Amino acid sequence: MTTHTSTHASTIADEIAEKTFQDVSLCYQCGKCSAGCPVRYYMDVAPNKIVRFIQLGFYEEALKSSTPWLCAGCQTCSTRCPQEFDLAKFMDAVRELALEKGVKVKEQDILKFHKAFLHQIENFGRAYEVGLVAEYKLKTMHLFDDVDSAPGMIMKGKLKLLPHVIKGRKAVKDIFIKTAEKKQTKK
Amino acid sequence: MKIGVFICHCGENIGRTVDCPRVSKAAEWFPGVVHSVDYKYMCSDPGQNMIKDAIREKGLDAIVVGSCSPHMHEKTFRKAALDAGINPFLCEMANLREHVSWVHDDIEEATQKAIDLTRMAVEKVKRNQPLATIKVPVTKRTLVIGGGIAGIQAALDVANAGYEVVLVEKEPSIGGHMSQLSETFPTLDCSQCILTPRMVEVYQHPKIKLMTYSEVEKVEGFIGNFHVTIRQKARHIDASKCTGCGLCITKCPIRKKAFNSFEEGMAYRPAVYVPFPQAVPNIPVIDETVCTYYKNGKCGVCVKVCGREAIMFDQQDKLVTEEIGAIIMATGYKLYDISKKPDDSFIKGYGEYGYGKYKDVIDGLQFERIASASGPTSGEFKRPSDGKEPKKVVFIQCVGSRDDSKGFSYCSKICCMYTAKHAMLYKHKVHDGEAYVFYMDIRSGGKMYEEFVRRAIEEDGVKYVRGRVSKVYEQNGKYIVKGEDTIAGMPVEIEADMVVLATAMIAQENASTLAQTVGIPYDKYGFFNEAHPKLRPIESTTGGIFLAGACQSPKDIPESVAMASAAAAKTMVLFGSDMLEREPVVARVNELLCGGCFYCRKVCPYSAIEVREIKDRNGVVIKEVAYVNDGLCQGCGTCTATCPSKSVELMGFTNEQIFAQIAAL
Repeated sequence: MTTHTSTHASTIADEIAEKTFQDVSLCYQCGKCSAGCPVRYYMDVAPNKIVRFIQLGFYEEALKSSTPWLCAGCQTCSTRCPQEFDLAKFMDAVRELALEKGVKVKEQDILKFHKAFLHQIENFGRAYEVGLVAEYKLKTMHLFDDVDSAPGMIMKGKLKLLPHVIKGRKAVKDIFIKTAEKKQTKK
Repeated sequence: MKIGVFICHCGENIGRTVDCPRVSKAAEWFPGVVHSVDYKYMCSDPGQNMIKDAIREKGLDAIVVGSCSPHMHEKTFRKAALDAGINPFLCEMANLREHVSWVHDDIEEATQKAIDLTRMAVEKVKRNQPLATIKVPVTKRTLVIGGGIAGIQAALDVANAGYEVVLVEKEPSIGGHMSQLSETFPTLDCSQCILTPRMVEVYQHPKIKLMTYSEVEKVEGFIGNFHVTIRQKARHIDASKCTGCGLCITKCPIRKKAFNSFEEGMAYRPAVYVPFPQAVPNIPVIDETVCTYYKNGKCGVCVKVCGREAIMFDQQDKLVTEEIGAIIMATGYKLYDISKKPDDSFIKGYGEYGYGKYKDVIDGLQFERIASASGPTSGEFKRPSDGKEPKKVVFIQCVGSRDDSKGFSYCSKICCMYTAKHAMLYKHKVHDGEAYVFYMDIRSGGKMYEEFVRRAIEEDGVKYVRGRVSKVYEQNGKYIVKGEDTIAGMPVEIEADMVVLATAMIAQENASTLAQTVGIPYDKYGFFNEAHPKLRPIESTTGGIFLAGACQSPKDIPESVAMASAAAAKTMVLFGSDMLEREPVVARVNELLCGGCFYCRKVCPYSAIEVREIKDRNGVVIKEVAYVNDGLCQGCGTCTATCPSKSVELMGFTNEQIFAQIAAL
């Protein structure tokens, strides 16, 4: 591991505080979040360590890690944290920042899934499962993964062939447009 | 001689294994026994009444109670004997519980042993002499050694209770380390503001005799009756004439020869000085080692400017003796000296942190002075080397403590808190500055303490890094602090402008020598030992000597104050009666037999044996004999066993009594 010199300009920590309305200094590194995390075993770095990296200014290590992407957002950590630090929210902010800073994301598939999911929301105002599956598979080229579970899901009515359209479809689309504009002006 | 025997069943405790009625029957046949009974609970009220009634009705001269250990109920039965009109020391106990029923299973054998023990006790009690409790007068004056916050609190408490106090302080002023502190955790109130009123109160208290610039030289005597010799060092100023105007201090031409120890060496002081402006008493001291007058007899500027003719160059140390009843040790602590590192020294320095080599690597008390409004920088953050405001400060905890290799394995207890305070004070004054704290664990037990540390981290943005720093070195005008964050598992390097070492509290200089002078035990670090770590934390093992504050172990201010008040309360318990009562189980010397070899003196662990001269009618010394001081003798019997002429006897356990007991077996 390389040697780092921490600097005063804790920009990323500040940005996270801005996005999540909570300061990373709240965390006192007890490790309860990592202890209870259901996907901890698939992560390259423990969740509490990601907070530690941000506290110390090791931003690159935090943003490059697979941990924020593997975080399922189940909020077990947020519920249990003795300092009431919302770690799930924090992970969300780290993912956003990783994209904003153009960091090469380790978990490309997960990123593609997120994008496919948002795309469905943008188009139909809610998740369209078949479309999501199709888009995800085309993006990742994992064409035949989990195919065997499809018939059962169709039988149970979990996969509808046609999208379900909501009433405020236009309003949802507007949210996407406005968010994109906001991002544009910020840059 | 009429003896009564009383056998107790102790409920089932004795009765289960010992056939008590049989023991009682057997005892009836012992020579001298005129009355023998057994009863379920001898210590109960009816049981005691049985004893009292028997003594009165049968005219008993002595009694034997076969029951539990004398530790448990000897007092009870002796009191019953006294109530019925016989000397309490004519009551003996046979231990039929701890020595018989609790350790044996076989009823037959246990009963036989109980009978034997009872017979032995009967044979002993036949030879018992009536004894009277020893009464020792109490001098109701307290000596407090050390004038820091613990000593001040103890002195005020005792004096406010109406007893006289002698307060001895080795420095020219009272106040101790607390007077050096800037602000105090966890409330951040100014240390001097809360301390100085108490210092003045001590000075003005009619019951307190304040002796500054003085040291305890000799302690003789025992609880309630100490004779203490105190050396008053020569101030070379006539305290009765000096008004404390300070003209001699301002005019003294020797300005830069001596470091100001109150400012922790970060400023100079003249040859004539008071430690700090708020000193109590406000009377200067002339430092012989730097004053020109003591070198060549010249100068004497102070003499010329003093309008009161108070300068006394020829003043000598004075020895004063005081009669004292109780002593409170409140000698405090000193800071681990990180610069000292001779190889044979117990204290090994921290060369790796560059203290003494880099001017901007300072210790905890130096930081206090920099942060203090009355300090050398008037409370502005200026680093010692160039007076610039440090923009990045690193605090390193556990320097000197929790480090076996440096000789101190204990936790210094207050450093976590004072480091959080230091970092906070720095951030309060230097808003764009950064504060880093390297710690191993944060130990912040105490009311509002953990909240205080979290406040430093969450509100003031102090950055805490878990890990011990390995090295501090200079590079391009910066101090590079090399550490590791063990939580992130990443090496951390910080380019600091100033480094503050959270140095440990260690025992006061010469603490062990003072402990030997006063006669109390101390641990391997030089901290004074308490009599019991849980139940008697205030008392030393020597009667009448109490402990207060950091002289016992590292302590913060509230703990020191609490301990001081507790020590004051202990002296008041002692002063509650005019006479101290002691068991008369002490050694007695038969002066006719004593040959004056004084082997007993050599072996006595309590220094209780003195030399007494036997004179004839004309006052000519015929011989010297041993004499036992009742106040000091603890009745251990070592002298009795050592005496070659068998002329020392332990009262209540004479050779005759012991041999009779053995013969009865």
